[in-house]
Amino acid sequence: MSVHRHIVPRLALQSLRNRALTAFLTVLAIAFSVMLLLGVEKVRTGARQSFADTISGTDLIVGARSGQIQLLLYSIFRIGNATNNVTWKSYEDIAKRPEVAWIVPLSLGDSHHGFRVLGTTADYFDRYKYRHGHGLTFAAGGPFKDLFDAVIGADVAKSLGYKVGDPIVVAHGLGSVSFIEHQDKPFRVSGILAKTGTPVDRTVHVSLEAIEAIHVDWQNGMPQPGQSISAADVRKMDLRPQAITAALVGLKSKLATFKLQRAINDYSQEPLSAIMPGAALQELWGLVGTAETALSVVSAMVVATALLGMVTMILTTLNERRREMAILRSVGARPTTILGLLATEAGLLTLAGVVLGVAMLYGALLVLRPWVDAAYGLNLDIDPPTTREWTMLGGIVVAGFIAGLLPAMRAYRLSLADGMTVRT
Amino acid sequence: MQRSLSQSPPGDIVRMSGVTFRWPGARSFSLSIDSFTLPARERVLLIGPSGTGKSTFLSLLCGIVVPQAGTLEVLGTDMTKLANAARDRFRAEHFGIIFQMFNLLPYGSIIDNVMLPLSFAKARAERAARGGQPEDEARRLLLSLGLDASELAGHTAASLSVGQQQRVAAARALIGGPELIVADEPTSALDRGRQLAFLDLLFSEAEAAGAAVIMVSHEEELGTRFDRVLRLDDIAVSQRSVAA
Repeated sequence: MSVHRHIVPRLALQSLRNRALTAFLTVLAIAFSVMLLLGVEKVRTGARQSFADTISGTDLIVGARSGQIQLLLYSIFRIGNATNNVTWKSYEDIAKRPEVAWIVPLSLGDSHHGFRVLGTTADYFDRYKYRHGHGLTFAAGGPFKDLFDAVIGADVAKSLGYKVGDPIVVAHGLGSVSFIEHQDKPFRVSGILAKTGTPVDRTVHVSLEAIEAIHVDWQNGMPQPGQSISAADVRKMDLRPQAITAALVGLKSKLATFKLQRAINDYSQEPLSAIMPGAALQELWGLVGTAETALSVVSAMVVATALLGMVTMILTTLNERRREMAILRSVGARPTTILGLLATEAGLLTLAGVVLGVAMLYGALLVLRPWVDAAYGLNLDIDPPTTREWTMLGGIVVAGFIAGLLPAMRAYRLSLADGMTVRT
Repeated sequence: MQRSLSQSPPGDIVRMSGVTFRWPGARSFSLSIDSFTLPARERVLLIGPSGTGKSTFLSLLCGIVVPQAGTLEVLGTDMTKLANAARDRFRAEHFGIIFQMFNLLPYGSIIDNVMLPLSFAKARAERAARGGQPEDEARRLLLSLGLDASELAGHTAASLSVGQQQRVAAARALIGGPELIVADEPTSALDRGRQLAFLDLLFSEAEAAGAAVIMVSHEEELGTRFDRVLRLDDIAVSQRSVAA
């Protein structure tokens, strides 16, 4: 008996094979939609993860008075610019406070071939943490010792082909092609940082004094003619910075975070802002959440479109398959068997589409990952689907099965109305 | 011949009385059959021009549609009293059906097409397996109908000629020994010589299995091969009501 039971599903598969091209195109459409949906999800979680992984271990970020997202973006992600600077005196006042365990100044504004130049102290290499407390490590060389030493990130070294000891010239401003360069004061690469997957990879680090030194003969953002000071002379000058862009602050006790934050925000000599990186990220997610939702909705619509295409495909084949239905009915198949056959067909097509889509996505991830990382600094992990993603995939298969009920119901009605004959 | 005992009085396989049926929908066509009986093992040809309700008669007889009134006994079971699923099972067990043409699932293998009813009919499957494997029974039937299954092993049903397809359909109707073979103009696509050859093969197998045959056609000339020739007009009244 069991031998015969297999005939009907086998015939269903053969029927599908008979329509292999349309079936394949349907599966492909579903696969692409699934790839898009899951891809958006991967990029979304990847982007969030890489943002969240960029900063850890810092309790407060201090900058000129601004919104917390703006401060977070320019100080940590090198996105956008500071509206104002923080005076050195304010910095020293904060550093002196008893709650502060450590403080690292950040000075931004110059660039090197499109990579940002960050003026900071050697503490930065110890204090900056990413991805749950990972510290920075040197792939070659070490921190800056001389005034004109520079430490470059992994991407800077890779894309510009720099080695330890190479000279570099810093340009004023942030464009990748700058017309004003600090040519009179070249730097030397003293160290190259290991890859982190954070904006650090795309940063040239120099000392705060070096930032001061290259601007010492400048005024109002322009070099002053006839007042050029040589690199040798500049070493003898007082290079204590007058202002910085922002500072990272670590506290002795996390309990003091709110107290210090309030104190800095209320600082009377200068309008300052102190933000908690985690809270600022939360606000950022709230902001980009709408765009993320829009993307997800669009890709969900694409999946719905693909399923609609499948329903259309099955519906158009129904007429030519009415005879198939009549034959099955004549040998004793129930209308519900026919309903089940068509719904199963839809479910199988969707399942095949989902499997192919997932395979295509992982294939694409494997191929595109290095490029996405290089071009966007986005580290897309190749992980198995998360519970959320499994739920989405399962939902698509169920939706496909349910969508298949539409042509199935029609076939059911047709097979009842046709009786023994097919009026074609 | 191995036959299952039926409760119906020996003699009648089908008994219809007072049956009326109307297709649903606007272009409704109705058919009423006052009385019709088919004795066991009898071969009946039902003649009627197209449009007089032959297909409706067959749909009723096979239990694909249910009459609004009357009784329709097959082997002593009133099919009008059966639930839908039970009626489908009943049809699978006791009926072998051959259509006019396009009888086969075109993408299926020939053996699968022959064995198709066995998936839905337990008793027929057991009977077909009595001599060994049901596949062997399918091959035997095909061979006696003039088709060598092993020669056609690589072929799908769609690649057969019309005459070959009808013989495969006959084998499908006969497998597992159903009591009643119902044929809807199975020879209309064949030329005269092949028509008669096909009928002879079908009848000899039906006779060996002890099955009754009821066939509808508009070709009276085939009547010589049958025990009885009936006109549909004589047993049924059809009416086509024009939608208002």
